Amino acid sequence: MTAVSWALTWATARRVLAQLRHDPRTIAMMIAVPSVLMILLRYELNSAARLNRLAPELIGVFPFVVMFIVAAVTTQRERARGTLERLMAMPLGKLDLLAGYAIAFGIFACAEVAVVLLISLTWLGVRVPGSLAPLVLTAVLDALLGMSLGLFASAFARTEFQAVQFMPAFVLPQALLCGLVVARAQMTGVLRWLSDVLPLSYAVDAMQRITAGASWSGAVIGDIGIILAFTLAGLIGGALTLRRQAR
Amino acid sequence: MRPVASATDLVVRRRGKVVLDHLTFAVEPGQVTGLLGPSGCGKTTLMRTLAGVQVISGGRAELAGFPAGDRRLRHRIGYATQEPAVYADLTLAENLRYFGTVLGLPRAARGAAIAGTIAELGLGGMENRLVGTFSGGELARVGLAVALLGEPDLLILDEPTVGLDPVLRGELWTLFRRLAAAGAAVLVSSHVMDEAARCDFLLFMREGRFLAAGTPSQLLARTGTADLESAFLELAAQRHEVRS
Repeated sequence: MTAVSWALTWATARRVLAQLRHDPRTIAMMIAVPSVLMILLRYELNSAARLNRLAPELIGVFPFVVMFIVAAVTTQRERARGTLERLMAMPLGKLDLLAGYAIAFGIFACAEVAVVLLISLTWLGVRVPGSLAPLVLTAVLDALLGMSLGLFASAFARTEFQAVQFMPAFVLPQALLCGLVVARAQMTGVLRWLSDVLPLSYAVDAMQRITAGASWSGAVIGDIGIILAFTLAGLIGGALTLRRQAR
Repeated sequence: MRPVASATDLVVRRRGKVVLDHLTFAVEPGQVTGLLGPSGCGKTTLMRTLAGVQVISGGRAELAGFPAGDRRLRHRIGYATQEPAVYADLTLAENLRYFGTVLGLPRAARGAAIAGTIAELGLGGMENRLVGTFSGGELARVGLAVALLGEPDLLILDEPTVGLDPVLRGELWTLFRRLAAAGAAVLVSSHVMDEAARCDFLLFMREGRFLAAGTPSQLLARTGTADLESAFLELAAQRHEVRS
């Protein structure tokens, strides 16, 4: 494996963005769905205070889920339609391809987080103590984590249908065990252990600490480090599953 | 002349099955080499091996002095798969621009190369249409356009004319001949025997092995037949007798 070529990485990012641009409905859903869910929740809970406890965690989880599906399906399609094989026969590095995806989806993650945050902070009356920066950073990194795991998971999907099924298979267990439903501190034995090894738990941990006013504390930075490590591991796993030569 | 691609005792096994069974051949520059045989005989696997996307189980395959799959070959081969393998959700121009960049065409030369390829394949005026809206014949030409973009030394075209209108097929064969005349080695696979006569050199393939290799006139003379379809049948029958 060689160094990343920025020209090829950027060309790939532009290509992925162009593909999305030709599919405005997908863009609309990627950007709008997290916000719509947040609005629904606000009126379901019927209390700004109760929403305030949940909102930051969800701002971390929603983009994760959306990016996971989009990345898993896009890459699976690239494998199934033969474009991946074509690219692997061309002078494109695997890392150029993966980094290109990361940049394109990263840009979308920023837009998605910006919209859901704006609506939550204004219309829905969510309050975050201290600076917004750690929350925004964590949310964007969560989205990238979703993308990276989606890329990796797509290697195990033979059909687009299977790629979509990975959402409940990979993502829902994490959503159940990440501290959103039951606090992680109350989990025991195997459940706690599972919760500890699943990446989404650290996204929620970080958000809970930030909402409690921890801002840039060592614990938050530690959580962010773990999220980044999982993201990198997913990308490396993705690179390993991209085979230049079939057996 | 030195062959652009050659193989010695090439063996490829996939999922425990021998797909290419000790093949030895050469693909010469300036010629159209036809790889003829029924579906499932191993044509695609042979082409994928030369394109560098298939692991070799035994023997050797070389291109321009490098083993197949070597990174230094990646910008010298144009490979068109049976399926068009382009992005349906991009326009023709966007597809060609992306693949052109990946092939390392410098920015200044890229526009001219893209315009030239579009004209060559008769896709003018469709640059800004989404490839997903193209007809089957148009799609096949987009796949070819990507393969031609980098002016490769070796063109590997997997059944490029299947299902195309006869007029278009004729035009494509004229194009293949022109590319070969310009010095490229063109390897074209087909399961339609009437295309064999248009090639300079033929590899007849069946069940992972070559039945025969030679120019069309050599194969006709050797079998004493009047057309290449009969020659193929005769060679297949001879092989059968030898075995039983």
